[in-house]
Amino acid sequence: MSFLKLESLHKKFGDFVAVQDMTLDIERGEFISLLGPSGCGKTTTLQMLAGLLNPTSGKIVLNNEDITSTPPNKRGLGIVFQSYALFPHMSALDNVAFGLEMRGVGKTERLDKARQALEQVKLAQFVERFPKDMSGGQRQRVALARALVISPPVLLLDEPLSNLDAKLREEMRIELRLLQQEIGVTTILVTHDQEEALSLSDRIVVMQQGNVSQIAAPLDLYERPHNTFVSDFVGKTNLLLGKTVNASEVMVADTKVKVPVTDFEPGSSITLSIRPEKIHMTDDNSGHEIRVEAAIFLGAHWLYRVTGSMGELFVTQPNTGSAGFRRGDKAWLNWDQNALTLFQDRAS
Amino acid sequence: MSAVSEKNVPYILTAPGVLFFAALLGVPMVMTFLLSLHSYDFNTGIVRDWSFGNYVEVVTDEYFQKIFGRTFGLALLVTVLCVLVGVPEAYVLSRLSSRWRSVFLLVVLGPLLISVVVRTLGWALFFGGNGILTMISQSLGFGDEPVSLMFTFTGMTIALVHVLVPFMVIAVWASLQKIDPQCEDAAYSLGASKFTVLSRITLPQAMPGILSGCIIVFALTASAFATPAIIGGRRLKVVATAAYDEYLNTLNWPLGASIAVLLLIANVVIIISYNRLIERRFAKVFE
Repeated sequence: MSFLKLESLHKKFGDFVAVQDMTLDIERGEFISLLGPSGCGKTTTLQMLAGLLNPTSGKIVLNNEDITSTPPNKRGLGIVFQSYALFPHMSALDNVAFGLEMRGVGKTERLDKARQALEQVKLAQFVERFPKDMSGGQRQRVALARALVISPPVLLLDEPLSNLDAKLREEMRIELRLLQQEIGVTTILVTHDQEEALSLSDRIVVMQQGNVSQIAAPLDLYERPHNTFVSDFVGKTNLLLGKTVNASEVMVADTKVKVPVTDFEPGSSITLSIRPEKIHMTDDNSGHEIRVEAAIFLGAHWLYRVTGSMGELFVTQPNTGSAGFRRGDKAWLNWDQNALTLFQDRAS
Repeated sequence: MSAVSEKNVPYILTAPGVLFFAALLGVPMVMTFLLSLHSYDFNTGIVRDWSFGNYVEVVTDEYFQKIFGRTFGLALLVTVLCVLVGVPEAYVLSRLSSRWRSVFLLVVLGPLLISVVVRTLGWALFFGGNGILTMISQSLGFGDEPVSLMFTFTGMTIALVHVLVPFMVIAVWASLQKIDPQCEDAAYSLGASKFTVLSRITLPQAMPGILSGCIIVFALTASAFATPAIIGGRRLKVVATAAYDEYLNTLNWPLGASIAVLLLIANVVIIISYNRLIERRFAKVFE
């Protein structure tokens, strides 16, 4: 029996279906991400979990107890909101102690515990600060400490890192993951940032227009996406329309491409996906001939836009220290055919 | 034309506004103050001498002390009532759907859309000895005695609260708008009851709005003229009506001027010290 179960949750706003038939089993201590573009229903799902929205139908079971209609103040879940939602009229310490006070913990004990929680998120010297005197990263930590100090069975994170600048976000990602593993709290993260989901989660739930597209571990999701939406949304990829010739060959434009053996009928329309970093680019006159249309240096690697008989492709190559290809250069592409993925649906 | 140095630009740009206020506000105020230093003779009129005699008279005369006491008592009472009525009103307003909100906002602002004289005479019709209040009381069987709130402190208070509540509502509403709605959700999720959220999370954040609403209502009540003049009449004078009467009835302009100056000073002192108090109390929390 799973620790937290969502059983065919539905949520409608009038005629609009925000979440449809959401079923998810989560184990104790797992880090799950709900990933999707805005409007995909991930935040609605989180709010139903938090009790801030009532599902139209379906059940939420936590630790064998049906909490579908339990009000938020009786669920005892820890929530970190996108805006952090700190109480501006209270110091960091009082913010963190608030949840304990609501649980009837005595003053000295709750202040001690709140202090410990702030130490845990490395804010020991900021206990008396008010939110307006703190940086975004510090506020984020206070919000995290406030959610964790009540020892919640489940921690809900609503785009917690989206308001931080890029560098801080990466640091917080690592810290968040370490903290979560140290405490072992079951965590559900809502995000539209695929990198965040990939780097933090045990499993990722990709959502699209209220439906679950795929549930998989990060590496699995990246390497074996179920459809073009997932393959395009998670990571970058080249999607090429084509037709199968036989079990191991497809035609893309005028070019025959060898692919892993599939069971598509010959002649069926498919979408071929190949990730830019799985392509190797050389000047030794073997492979798929292309012309470099644009070359962009990104520090750790080069990004090229190239065209050839298969159409336009994006290619990334690691920066090895020497000058890369230039615009107008002729080059050749090679790839391992196992790096290609075929989808029956057509890329839009 | 490089004669205008950069340093002078701000002065030149603000000059029209400064001139406007200096001419239309500054000069009359200074003249009123100078006038208040003259004395008055019943046979010869204003005597162009210089003394603080009028001030001494106003401050020491029990008659004026009572009027000042009544004015600030009234201002305090109206302010408290406006808080009690306006704060819940603003909270409800902030929770309405946008369609109903615009309807009720219009209702709340209604009193301000009506001319002060018309509105106050309306209250006079309602409060008067043979007015609607009496009719209601009689039809409810409270006896045939006419009920009148005209020329009473109660009547004056009701009429002033009616017109000043909108200022409180708008001030509080503005600060409620600034509250992050997720703040309340956060408090719920931490186990707070609805009442706790209201008293510990929402109300403290609305405090700056309540306090600035108080300043507006207090200042407007303390210097109110039309409503006290019509509802309170000559029997219940406040400072503004007392100054008016000195000017137009006894024709003792210098005394009227000194009353007006004292009202201004009292108002400014009260509001500045109150503001200091708030700033010290809330500076930590709010930008």
